[in-house]
Order: sequence, then structure tokens, then C-alpha cells
Amino acid sequence: MDDLILTPFDRLSIVRHKNRPTIKDYLPLIFTDFFEMHGDRYHGDDRAILGGICRFDGKPVTVIAEVKGRDVFENKEVNFAMPHPDGYRKALRLAKQAEKFSRPVICFIDTPGAYCGVGAEKRGQGEAIARNLYEFMTLRTPVVSVVLGEGGSGGALALGVCDELAMLENAVYSVISPRGFASLLWKDASREEEACNIMRITAEDAVSLGVADHIIAEPAGGAHNDMETTAENISKTLCKMLKSNSQKNIDDLLNSRYNKFRRIGEFSEITPS
Amino acid sequence: MQLEDLLKQVTDRFNFDDTPKQPPFKCPRCSESTDTKTLSDNMWVCPKCGYHSRISAFDRIKMTADEGSFTETDKGLSSLNPIEFPGYEEKISEMQEKTGLTEAVITGICTIHNEKCVIGVMDSHFMMASMGSVVGEKITRAFELAQREKLPLVLFTASGGARMQEGLVSLMQMAKTSGAAARLSQSGGLYITVLTDPTTGGVTASFASLGDVIIAEPKALIGFAGRRVIEGTIKQRLPEDFQSAEFMLENGFVDMIVDRKNMRRTISHLIRLHRPNGERTVPEAPAK
Ligand SMILES: [Zn+2]
Repeated sequence: MDDLILTPFDRLSIVRHKNRPTIKDYLPLIFTDFFEMHGDRYHGDDRAILGGICRFDGKPVTVIAEVKGRDVFENKEVNFAMPHPDGYRKALRLAKQAEKFSRPVICFIDTPGAYCGVGAEKRGQGEAIARNLYEFMTLRTPVVSVVLGEGGSGGALALGVCDELAMLENAVYSVISPRGFASLLWKDASREEEACNIMRITAEDAVSLGVADHIIAEPAGGAHNDMETTAENISKTLCKMLKSNSQKNIDDLLNSRYNKFRRIGEFSEITPS
Repeated sequence: MQLEDLLKQVTDRFNFDDTPKQPPFKCPRCSESTDTKTLSDNMWVCPKCGYHSRISAFDRIKMTADEGSFTETDKGLSSLNPIEFPGYEEKISEMQEKTGLTEAVITGICTIHNEKCVIGVMDSHFMMASMGSVVGEKITRAFELAQREKLPLVLFTASGGARMQEGLVSLMQMAKTSGAAARLSQSGGLYITVLTDPTTGGVTASFASLGDVIIAEPKALIGFAGRRVIEGTIKQRLPEDFQSAEFMLENGFVDMIVDRKNMRRTISHLIRLHRPNGERTVPEAPAK
């Protein structure tokens, strides 16, 4: 896509394309021997988050992924990739299991946001996300994350506390959906495109803000035009990220994970006289 | 206004004991009106229904810390404009002038009934106490200070969520503060949160929900998603007490609901109970 300048809004349209590949497409292309695991052991099994163990490059890994549906039936099942607290608690259960068995954790982020509903509030959506941020920060095994499409708000960050973060070239990562941003700050949801273009939500923005570490190339026009090549590119980046983090001493790894987030923020500071 | 002047104004507000002149308070819970004097004598709690109204960080510190014990930390931090959002700097200066605060949280060290602790108080009058870089940094430093000095940390939370004007940078403050909470916890430090009206969004989904002990003030709004967002999703009106402190207690996300008048005593008792022998820092003065 070198010959074409895409606006952030163009990229958002690409990741919302109906043929945009989801984790279900990539899974068999990147991993082998996948065993899906279900449930949070407290309440239920949230299909908006898929998790399990499998092999990557021959070695055991734990995969945790937000799942977008590819059609209306799948979307009903996965709640349009908007997890409930049960999904985040399943993710945490699998991450703790990975820690126990010294497997790296690979997270795939692809959600418009955590689900906003009565059950989600009653079961503590806020606590579930907070707990993941807290636990992933000190999880004693390498964690790498990839934003496949939409990285929406706290619902995305709950799988985003990691040693290294990669984003697909057209993927976006934002504090709130552009529509929500426009409606909150300008009281006008129709200014979505304008919001999108000033929010700094692209992979390049995320790199410059110190949030993302790698950008994974997509074929011209977007990942849906060549899923196999995209999967291959994801594999290469995963390989690189796992290699650099698996060699570190675990305490060093945790310090650098903490500092990756500790550094983020812009402010001025004066020493009062 | 220069930041130095602002800091002086902040200091003056701490030292100047006045009753703010405001129009009568109309309670958002029971709609009853109360004059400011009655309300302030009642610690800004609605005498009709017990709603614990929103108070400034200055008032909170005054009613929580032992007199003269509070020393502010990290007060020189001020917001920049990480995503160059139009009008953000102006908005910040306007809020600084209006509230006398540099940002939406004040942190420091104080004693509460002689128990020394690190304290942080968020103030919803400053951009709904949304969490941007400065709030995230000051809260993180409060965790780190508590860990370094081996002191308990008490945070009074109030927030509308992430500071939208700082984009992705504000979202990351959730990870940063939660990571700092995890580190304090691993070092054995005590962390008490007091959820006050309103505690929502990204603050609920980060450090506010991570206390060893979670206290809430009566009738405070506490939740993740905005009420109107949920009503829009489910196309139904929600019950009045949805996302209240009482709702959170019932659903298992709050340890106790504590009246403002009992807050100092509760916090100091809890601090003592977390010492190996439950001892006091300073022997109690004889009862008057
Ligand atoms: Zn009332």
C-alpha cells in the first residue's frame, strides 16, 4: 500500500470490512494442535473470547483471542466480539495456567469494546478488566499481543498488558470508538470520521505514542485480499517477539513490562520553590 | 495563570477556612433542597436521604487528615496535549482557574487518627476527574511512594473515566496504575480504596477496583459503563439503584459502605488491623 495514503478513517473502514479475517481464519494458518478450553469456572463460557493451548513453531503456547463473527450467526454467538466479565476471567484463568506450565501467552485483540449491559455490570466488568491489567502485569511468563482489527478501549487493553505489542498495518487502537468520542466531546456522533482522523488511532500512531512495538504488513487493500500472506506476516512477528522475550530472565522481563507502561504519559513538571 | 501562582492559590485554599457561598444544594437522589450551611455542617451529606454529595479534594483532605498533617506530593505536574486535541490546553487552564487545582487528583502524605499514610483524592469538579497522563502519573507515584516508604495507601476515587482528550495515552494510564497497584501488593503494602460519587469507566476498570479493602460512600454511583449507554443497548430503563454503592455491595464488589462521619475512624482502624499485632503508631490520647 505504499502508493496510497490511507486516512485513519479509511483504515477503520478496512478493519470493519465484512471479509476482514478473524482469529478463526488465522488460527489454523498460524498454530497447530489447537485445543480449545472453555469457561471461567465461576459463571459461564463467554464465546467472545476464545482460548486454548496449541503449538507455535512446534512449541506449546497459550492463545487468548477476541473473536469477531464473520456472519450474523457467528456474531450472535460471539456477541460482536464484546466480552462479558466471564470472558476476561476465562482469559485470566488460561494466562495463570500458562504461567504455571511456563508457556508463553499470545493474545489477539479484536473488539469494539467490553460489553455494556446489566449482566456485565452485575458481574463486575470493571473489576474483571482491572484484575487482568493487574495480573498480566506480574504474570511470570512472556506475554505478547497482536491487534488484528479493532482495539476498542478497556475491553482491548484487558488483553493488551504485554511485553511487546504488534498491530496489523490497518488495525486501530483507541480509548473509545470514534463515534463515542464525537458524541462525548462534540455531542454529535455524526462527526465520526473527523474524530477518527484526529484521535491518533492507527498502528503508526500507537508506535509513536510508545504503545505498539511492531507493525505487521497487510497486502494491498487489506488483510482480506490475501489471508495466507497476512497469517505468514503475523507468524514472523510472533516468532521475533517470542524469541526476544523468552530469553530474558523473568524478573528483568517483568521490570521491562512494567516500564513499558510506566513511561507512557505526557506532562510537564515544575519543582515549586 | 502561571503555575506558580496557581500553586499559591492552592496553598491559600488549604489555609483559608471559609464556607463556600453557593446556591442551595438540590440533591440529585431525592431532589430535596438544603441550604449550604446545613449541608456543610452535615459534611455535605444530604440530610433528607443520606446521599454523600461530591466534595472538593480540599474539603476531603480537611475532613480526613489530622489537622495540619497533610503534605502534598508531586504538585508541580501539569497536563500537556499528547494528541494535540484542539482546545485542550485552554480547557485545562480554564479548569485550573475555576477549581484552584492543577489537575484532577491531589496526592500527599498525612496522618489519620495518628496513622501515617499516603493519600490521594480525586476531584470530580476538574473535568469529571477523568484520568489522563497527570492523574495516571500521580496515582502511580502514590503507589510507588507507599511501597518505598512502607506506608498504607488510601485513595478516594471519583472519575468519569479516561480523559478522552488524551486519546490512547489516557487508556494506557489504566495499565500503568494497575501495574503499580500490583507491585505495591506484592511488596505486602496495604491499599484501601474509597469509592465516592461517581466512580466509573476506566478508573473502575483499573486501580479503583484493586484495593485490599474497598469502601464506598452511601449512594455513590459506581460502575463501568455509562447508564445511558446501557439503556441505549438494552432499550430499557434501568432501576434507580442500578450501579449504586448498595448495588455494588450486593453484587460483591465492595467490602463496606461507610458514612462520611465514620470514615476517619474506619480507615485508621483498618490501618491498625493490618499491622502484625494490630498496634497503634502512637498511643491513643486519653478520652475527653
Ligand atoms: Zn437527598
